[in-house]
Amino acid sequence: MTATTQEATPKTTPLYDSHVAAGAKIVDFAGWAMPIHYGSQLKEHEIVRNDAGMFDVSHMCVIDITGADAKDWLRTLIANDVEKLGFEGKALYSGMLTPEGTVIDDLIVYLTYYGYRMVVNAGTADKDIAWMLKQAEGRDVVLTVRRELAMIAVQGPNAIEKACKVLHEDWEATVKGLKVFQGFPFGSVEEGWFIARTGYTGEDGLEIMLPADEAPLFWKALIGVGVAPIGLGARDTLRLEAGMNLYGHDMDETISPLQAGMGWTIAWEPADRNFIGRAALEAERAAGVKMKQVGLVLEGRGVLREGLKVVVEGVGEGVITSGTFSPTLKHSVAIARIPAGTGASAQVDLRGTLTDVRVVKMPFVRNGKKVFE
Amino acid sequence: MSNVPAELKYVNSHEWLRLESDGTVTIGITDHAQELLGDIVFVELPEVGAQLDAEATAGVVESVKAASDVYAPIAGEVVEVNVELEGSPELANTDPYGAAWFFRVKPANVADLEACLSAAEYTKEIGA
Repeated sequence: MTATTQEATPKTTPLYDSHVAAGAKIVDFAGWAMPIHYGSQLKEHEIVRNDAGMFDVSHMCVIDITGADAKDWLRTLIANDVEKLGFEGKALYSGMLTPEGTVIDDLIVYLTYYGYRMVVNAGTADKDIAWMLKQAEGRDVVLTVRRELAMIAVQGPNAIEKACKVLHEDWEATVKGLKVFQGFPFGSVEEGWFIARTGYTGEDGLEIMLPADEAPLFWKALIGVGVAPIGLGARDTLRLEAGMNLYGHDMDETISPLQAGMGWTIAWEPADRNFIGRAALEAERAAGVKMKQVGLVLEGRGVLREGLKVVVEGVGEGVITSGTFSPTLKHSVAIARIPAGTGASAQVDLRGTLTDVRVVKMPFVRNGKKVFE
Repeated sequence: MSNVPAELKYVNSHEWLRLESDGTVTIGITDHAQELLGDIVFVELPEVGAQLDAEATAGVVESVKAASDVYAPIAGEVVEVNVELEGSPELANTDPYGAAWFFRVKPANVADLEACLSAAEYTKEIGA
């Protein structure tokens, strides 16, 4: 063992000290020292489903996109079409693809009065920025990486009500009037506050970007009005119940969005919009997409976990890409990639025993309630 | 910091043992084990009457995070299992040395307990 290098030290968010003070168990997440839970992942999950909890997602990366070519450039960069952003603040979920039609990252892009704002994953941010800069060569596109911003997701049925108690009182009516998947700056862009009605839990709520130096006080104020800190452990069980993909698990640069449940994010029309990866996806679609993403349900004992083999008799094999115990449903659920011809049932190799599972359409849980049949 | 009661014996696969007055041995998983696993959601116990070898798999404990085998720390016949734990696996998080015992064995050789770790040795083992 030699001396550790500077690069090996996990990065910390502006809220790191707040997490430690709240008793968080800290783990390395994509090179960031992040809270996995503050005592019980299950309790934290239930708080978000029933009341209001908050996540430090400051490790995610905010990028502002301006310049005369910004719109045209985004229409080639990502598979969904920013032309669909019909009003200021509207957000769009999309994959950013390789020319081979696989997923570099999944992201959200907002239309703002000054241009566009994009939020990308923590672990992929450096790769994304390098790719974006390469694609922007020779274009009038300016990328501004906003690493000076923190980001807090407040989620749950009481999230917006509670968050409004500590947000600027002049903002309350606007925040409560935000449409789902809409967000915009509050105050000037430079001041750094940007509030969106988005999230990753299947509950209503806000994602609040704010200046890093204001984040600890705002976090404390949210605790003061009964918003509980929630770790990344519960974030994973919540998003999985909501049937939402996690980059590096449910898709990556080896998988096409058509096989990863992201077909709905591809804007095929207009046919002359030549986004990166389009030709590969069209060829894949024409040949017939071989695998599909589904939900699996195990109602008996045991837990489905990432990497387990899925066997579909007479059809072929697949793999679980995310699996967990569902705290809301009290049994295990999973996201899997399986042969396109699979019907309503399959088997999972569970610790050496082929165990029957049901194949369902996701999500599993929405607004706290079971949604699949 | 994990709780390691002084009166119990331990093995390095994180099970504890307690010799009862009737000569049976009660077995469970340690506080350190439950901390590592996080929220426990399923427990599989051995069958009453099963003859277990030392270090044989005797059950499974599944947390939200991971599945882990439970091993028989000593050889013996399973004489009782904690049915309550199957219905309330979270007891393994809250009361690992009490309500969350896993199973009891009639040891093949009660002297096998002597070879198990003392609380001090187990504490050293887990670096607590």
